[in-house]
Amino acid sequence: MIQIEGLRKAYHSRGRTVLAVDGVDLEVRQGEVYGVLGRSGAGKSTLLRCVNLLERPDAGSVTVDGVDLTALPERRLRRQRQRIGMIHQHFALLSSRTAAGNVAFPLEVMGVPRRERAQRVAELLDLVGLGDRAHAYPAQLSGGQKQRVGIARALAGRPTVLLSDEATSALDPETTTSILDLLRDLSQRLGLTILLITHEMEVVKRICDSAAVMREGRVIEAGRVRDLLARPGSALGQEIFRLGTPPDLPDTTIVDVTLTDDAVGQSFVADLVRRYDVDASILAGTIETLADGQVGRLRIALPGSAEANAAPLRHLRDAGLSVEVAR
Amino acid sequence: MTPMTWAEIQPLLWQASIETGYMVAVSSALTAVGGLLLGVLLVLTGRGGLLATRPVNLVLGILINIGRSLPFIILLVAIIPFTRALVGTTIGTEAAIVPLTVAAIPFFARIVETAIREVDRDVIAAARAMGASRTEIVFKVLLREARPGLVAGLTITVIALIGYSAMAGTVGGGGLGDLAIRYGYQRFENTVMVATVVLLVVFVQLIQSLGDLIVRWLSRK
Ligand SMILES: Nc1ncnc2c1ncn2[C@@H]1O[C@H](COP(=O)(O)OP(=O)(O)OP(=O)(O)O)[C@@H](O)[C@H]1O
Ligand SMILES: [Mg+2]
Repeated sequence: MIQIEGLRKAYHSRGRTVLAVDGVDLEVRQGEVYGVLGRSGAGKSTLLRCVNLLERPDAGSVTVDGVDLTALPERRLRRQRQRIGMIHQHFALLSSRTAAGNVAFPLEVMGVPRRERAQRVAELLDLVGLGDRAHAYPAQLSGGQKQRVGIARALAGRPTVLLSDEATSALDPETTTSILDLLRDLSQRLGLTILLITHEMEVVKRICDSAAVMREGRVIEAGRVRDLLARPGSALGQEIFRLGTPPDLPDTTIVDVTLTDDAVGQSFVADLVRRYDVDASILAGTIETLADGQVGRLRIALPGSAEANAAPLRHLRDAGLSVEVAR
Repeated sequence: MTPMTWAEIQPLLWQASIETGYMVAVSSALTAVGGLLLGVLLVLTGRGGLLATRPVNLVLGILINIGRSLPFIILLVAIIPFTRALVGTTIGTEAAIVPLTVAAIPFFARIVETAIREVDRDVIAAARAMGASRTEIVFKVLLREARPGLVAGLTITVIALIGYSAMAGTVGGGGLGDLAIRYGYQRFENTVMVATVVLLVVFVQLIQSLGDLIVRWLSRK
């Protein structure tokens, strides 16, 4: 649905050049919720703003729904943008318009006649659960309600793609959850493809099918969230599982075992103890529930050197677990 | 010389009030249009604007600064040829409107610029993301969102124009300020002096209150 190829964008200010996006390729499939993560300044917002060409890339192409946006003249680009919804961290609502007026704005831009507009606005506000606040001004709404207006507005043009730049960062955890559930629900009901930027692991876990991690303008890893998490050494895995640095125990092998769906709930540790008579002890571990299943990581200590533990480790690997010797 | 009676003063005050009202109203209206135009252009051509063009922005900025740095009384004289070309005369109320407007436009343009720059960048980005054209962004986003600031700024400008208009007597423009100088100051008619001052204070108060009221109504958000 979204194909980004060789995208590059540099900013020049006061003689300094910042390569905000430095050669990014990304593919977001139809109907998928795709998260982009990375530290502050990694280039996430720039990447997102290049997708609807709010920012014109220096090189590369952006194809949305089969249309190469970088090749379009201004007029056609504006029309194409109406098919791409966008929501913002600080909501970006017009303070001089009511909730209904804000949702009507993109419809006015599209030239939808007044009668039809009113009806569509009512539908959209109902869709986000704000039917009763149509005449409130943004200043009279809570953060969560403002973001709902933002979402209704973004959906006005019946977009195929929704872009979101930290849409929940300004909200409390509960409100975040309700907004995320709304997005997930919309993506399923409307077949919407969502590309979102976030700092919050909760967002990735709760709604993302796929994710990319950016660092200094580049994508350092990308793929399905569960595949990334199952991969030892994944930056995303480290963020989500947070097992910390392994302790330095004498004459002990410490291994990190990553388990996906099938392994969750299996008694592989007990199995190990029984079969090899090793004193395996669990040092740390978490199991995360994702949008499409469970993934966990366990840190296990086995007495003896790695060589001495070759057989038990092989057993774990043979059981389909990914095993990484941490120390 | 005996002091003037109230019956003699009253028609003078009435006439002067009308002249002041006329000068201020017409120059305010022209200033509103001109200042908005210039202010919007300043923002659009400025850094990161929708029509960013440095040379145009620079020239506009310099012109506005020149206009703002000239004392009104000097501007009044300096643009006499321009005034004549425009209204065919250099004396009278009509002739006073020209320098008043020329002086107030740059003043208001800067206020317009500031008010529009206050509009959240995110909101502008959001409008662009929704496919809005530049014209739509100017009228439906920038001017609309900046309304409270624009009205507050216009109020300040109108009040400044009342002040400037007092000097319009120099070119026979008439008005309350002129009356105060000719009768109150030069002929020691204290009653006239006090009456004009009271009237000016009332005018300013009324305009400020009206402005505040509109601003409050516009920012009911
Ligand atoms: N308009 C701009 N002018 C100059 N430099 C910019 C501009 N926008 C972004 N940058 C620079 O580009 C780099 C990437 O910025 P970007 O906003 O994309 O980061 P980000 O990953 O979204 O960060 P954050 O998580 O803080 O939002 C940063 O070094 C930033 O300073
Ligand atoms: Mg950002």
